[in-house]
Amino acid sequence: MDLAEKTRRRRRREAVVTHLCLILGVLIFAFPIYLTIIGSTHDVNTIGRGDVPMVPGGEAVANYTQAWEAGGGRYMGTPAGRMLANSLVMALLIAFGKIAISLTSAYAVVFFRFPGRMVCFWLIFITLMLPVEVRIIPTFQVMVDLQLINTMTGLVVPLIASATATLLFRQFFLTIPDEYVEAAKIDGAGPLRFFRDVVLPLSVTNVAALFVILFIYGWNQYLWPLLIVNDRSLETIVVGLTKMIGGGDSQNEWNVIMATAVYALLPPVAVVLLMQRWFVKGLTETEK
Amino acid sequence: MRKVHFKGIALPYLLLLPQLVITGLFFFWPAGMAVYQSFLREDAFGLSSQFVGWENYADVLSDPTWLESAARTGVFSVSVAVLALGVALFLAVQADKHIRGADTYKTLLIWPYAVAPALAAVLWLFMFHPNIGIFGRMLNALGIPWDYRLNGGQALTLVILASAWKQVSYNFIFFLAGLQSIPRAVLEAAAIDGASPMRRFWTVVFPLLSPTAFFLLVVNLVYAFFDTFGVIHSLTQGGPGKSTETLIYRVYTDGVMNLNLGSSAAQSVILMIIVVVLTAVQFRYVERKVHY
Repeated sequence: MDLAEKTRRRRRREAVVTHLCLILGVLIFAFPIYLTIIGSTHDVNTIGRGDVPMVPGGEAVANYTQAWEAGGGRYMGTPAGRMLANSLVMALLIAFGKIAISLTSAYAVVFFRFPGRMVCFWLIFITLMLPVEVRIIPTFQVMVDLQLINTMTGLVVPLIASATATLLFRQFFLTIPDEYVEAAKIDGAGPLRFFRDVVLPLSVTNVAALFVILFIYGWNQYLWPLLIVNDRSLETIVVGLTKMIGGGDSQNEWNVIMATAVYALLPPVAVVLLMQRWFVKGLTETEK
Repeated sequence: MRKVHFKGIALPYLLLLPQLVITGLFFFWPAGMAVYQSFLREDAFGLSSQFVGWENYADVLSDPTWLESAARTGVFSVSVAVLALGVALFLAVQADKHIRGADTYKTLLIWPYAVAPALAAVLWLFMFHPNIGIFGRMLNALGIPWDYRLNGGQALTLVILASAWKQVSYNFIFFLAGLQSIPRAVLEAAAIDGASPMRRFWTVVFPLLSPTAFFLLVVNLVYAFFDTFGVIHSLTQGGPGKSTETLIYRVYTDGVMNLNLGSSAAQSVILMIIVVVLTAVQFRYVERKVHY
């Protein structure tokens, strides 16, 4: 056998091994979802008995309708439709809120010189080191004092401060050439006009990338809604889902729970898949 | 630095106002309160409180159950980070090769980024529940008594697996970006010199990836410390016993469930110090990286 033939064979063998590794990896991530989707198409007894089927059953419509309209679990919780709406509103408000206030703060820090500029910048920067998790109780007390418990405002506003987004926009604004600012000044454009007509259009790609990351951040919030919301009409889907499961009783309405899990997964996964290119670029550039 | 600026004092403050008000009200005020409360102790009825100095800290740091939580958090975080980084690096190296369908593989490995930690826990519960989960039942059928609700070691294993599973895609994205920025010429030179693929990986690729790997290590530790609250809360609630209670979970139980404010505040301050150290390490590294 000649060398060329040997090399070709080795190449092919390597490619097969690579494919097998990647397929295994894909399966590790896809299988739990597959199992959940299958579970959501069977009736409660099939799953409760533990006869976990590998092919879809005929109860999909019934399960998804029940989850959407009535909810399930031991407490007959909140309808998934309601929870999805809450999660969607929360995630969108958080994403847009963070982007809006970070754009304006970064603009102020980069395009103006005023006393206390660096103090403001550092005040924003330090919040990176104060995640909700380390100030649970006092933050909760502030929320009680401001009467923000069980309100959408309370759910959203404390989360829209963003050191990361401000840092990203600051980095980006520093790359806008001084000549643009000079030209704007000569043309008689003020700072607000410059912001609207030059800076915003230039920032579109960054905003899109950041939107995906922040939407998912908002959608996936857990501890905060758990603390702030105990009114069922404001329940978000991720927290609501785990409340349906409770201690993990076998008697749970697992079929409805699984349908709710699929509802909870769909929107963020769709956002990532549809905006994959922007999102990957944004993620690797933002967080470095 | 920018040389040309707009004039004005009121406008920039106005633009900064929303962000500063929010950080002041919801970040600095509560953080200050945490520090203040950590020096106070309330009586049993919550009617009065008195200054106790460092007592809360001394109590926390000498409490054997807190030290156990700390040790457990260490084991948990390192396991999650190592597992999530190892699997992600392996998959990224495979996906970076010139093979058919590479883009499809990438998409199929990136999407779990969208899954909330709490949801990852729910998916793993569906698989490993002793009665309704396919693997849970399989283990029991094989004669291995599996019930993560009763067995602490099994609970911790499950929480680690679910937490790492969720984090792989994030690491994968960064490793892939790191691999793609390695110049092909360097790899080809090594190949021409006769280095085997394994040798090429460990002597050329891995050193060039090490900045990314270090950055990710810090991010993964922070993730394991804080963001896994959802995993633990929805899977085991810290149990059975205290076998899956991490430090963050303990702040939650002591503060929200047991209303032990002084102790919870002292624990919060200790955690803040840990975050400050981790963030400082991360940014020192970023500074260094900017320069070369």
